[in-house]
Amino acid sequence: MSTVAVPARERGRTARQAWAFVRRHVLTVYSALFFVYLLLPIAVVIVFSFNQPVGRFNYTWQSFTWDNWLHWDAVSGIRSAIVLSLEIAVIASVVATALGMMIALALVRYGFRGRGATNLLIFLPLSTPEIVLGASLLTLFLNLNVVFGFWTILVAHVMFCISFAVVTIKARLVGFDRHLEEAAMDLGANEWTTFRKVTLPLTAPAILASLLLCFAISIDDFVVTYFNSGSEVTFPLFVWGAARIGAPPQVNVIGTAIFVIAIGATLANVLLTSRRSSGTA
Amino acid sequence: MGFFHRHRGLTPYLLLAPGIAWLAVFFLLPLGFLAYQSLESGSIDFGYAFTWAWGNYWDAIRNYRGHFIRSFEYAGIATALALVVSYPVAYWIAFRGGRWKNLLLLGIVAPFFVTYLIRTLAWGTILSDNGFVVRTLRDFHLLGADGRLLATSTAVVAGITYNFLPFMALPLYVSLEQIDHSLIEAAEDLYANRFKAFLRVTLPLSLPGVVAGTLLTFIPAAGDFINAQLLGGTKQHMIGNVIQTKFLGLIDYPAAAAMSFVLMAAILVMVLIYARAVGTEQLTG
Repeated sequence: MSTVAVPARERGRTARQAWAFVRRHVLTVYSALFFVYLLLPIAVVIVFSFNQPVGRFNYTWQSFTWDNWLHWDAVSGIRSAIVLSLEIAVIASVVATALGMMIALALVRYGFRGRGATNLLIFLPLSTPEIVLGASLLTLFLNLNVVFGFWTILVAHVMFCISFAVVTIKARLVGFDRHLEEAAMDLGANEWTTFRKVTLPLTAPAILASLLLCFAISIDDFVVTYFNSGSEVTFPLFVWGAARIGAPPQVNVIGTAIFVIAIGATLANVLLTSRRSSGTA
Repeated sequence: MGFFHRHRGLTPYLLLAPGIAWLAVFFLLPLGFLAYQSLESGSIDFGYAFTWAWGNYWDAIRNYRGHFIRSFEYAGIATALALVVSYPVAYWIAFRGGRWKNLLLLGIVAPFFVTYLIRTLAWGTILSDNGFVVRTLRDFHLLGADGRLLATSTAVVAGITYNFLPFMALPLYVSLEQIDHSLIEAAEDLYANRFKAFLRVTLPLSLPGVVAGTLLTFIPAAGDFINAQLLGGTKQHMIGNVIQTKFLGLIDYPAAAAMSFVLMAAILVMVLIYARAVGTEQLTG
């Protein structure tokens, strides 16, 4: 009734304001719910690492205990699985990042024949289903009578990490000011010194990002490893085996630990970068 | 130093050589071996021999058509769900995130910091028969008294959607973030309607993100077998489960190799059709 008195244009504006208000909050509420959904399984993993399950299934909440954390390696095989996963992840990320850095340098710095083919070869593994990557590597090793184990896992992990390393480092090299290198050369530094003293420090964040990404992908990989591990057991393979008979809460403990360490490292990185950028702005 | 100067043309090849060789030997060559293996015939007891056995491909399609169709159905539904669910959030972060953007993005990728298998098992816990979700659905009679979610296609699709959600949300965010705000303001002035402005300007400009996100979600989802294994029953098995069992359980290499290639080819065809469809839409839109 009262709205009748309000001029049409005025009414349009209040309606629009109301709509804008509703829309802003609808979107915010929706996003909050989205994050609840996204983080719910993580919360479950963390909570159930403190559960004391009755029987072998860690599915329903029984009672709180520190035991799983205190005796994280009480389950046979879990410690060696974690050690193997860490070894593979460290070596694979270092090797893949080194190879990826060289490819990225070649792609960004030089014009050469076969550029398109190189880009395609980098892109293909990223767009191939993991099961095909794993299966094809399996047939290669089978046909060449290679013994499955540590080395086959390592070779596979380096293979699927290279593309990620190239993509990560390339993005950084593209925005790189080459005058800095030229200045160093003008001042008498040779190519190797320039690379060591100028290029490397300036690309360090990209190299670090590549190392972290490769490490994360390697330590989480199940499918390709499953096809090429022989009788070796990495942590994801251990979880797979354990899941068949009911995963022990120790699996949640390790899952939580990996999560906390990874999120901590990334959070530190994010905070550092935003502080640096706000400092220069 | 002198060497590099005298052979500048060689430098890029020297830089490329080790990495490219690695990919050639451990990615391309294996695909060749897989192709070779897919044309073999024989049995596990007497060994396999190369016989140009094209029939393997025919058998793969004929015998496992259901699994192929189910894989693409699940992957398609999961991709569509992921797009619809994460677009508003990507939009919200890009336009309203302000100084919290980085932290919110970290929230988006947080699931990746939990081992894939463990977060899938966590969904198993959430959807389990005695869990909170199933009990609530039963209370509201949305599920029968003995109805369950585990070992249903709902659980498998939900698991796939969840597991690949960040692959969808991140490219969406990147493309939305790059949009020039003055374009949207201009559109709002011209169309005098925010919704119309969104449809005509924001959505088309974010299309690259939609395309990238859909591909990044669909391709791994179609080949996935972990969700079907951990959250589904045998009736929900996808082609990945079959390939995995044939390779590692039944040691039927030729059939499994043929199936892998059919999977790859089917994905490739779908991606091409999709790219064409989106491309023409972009032209006409």
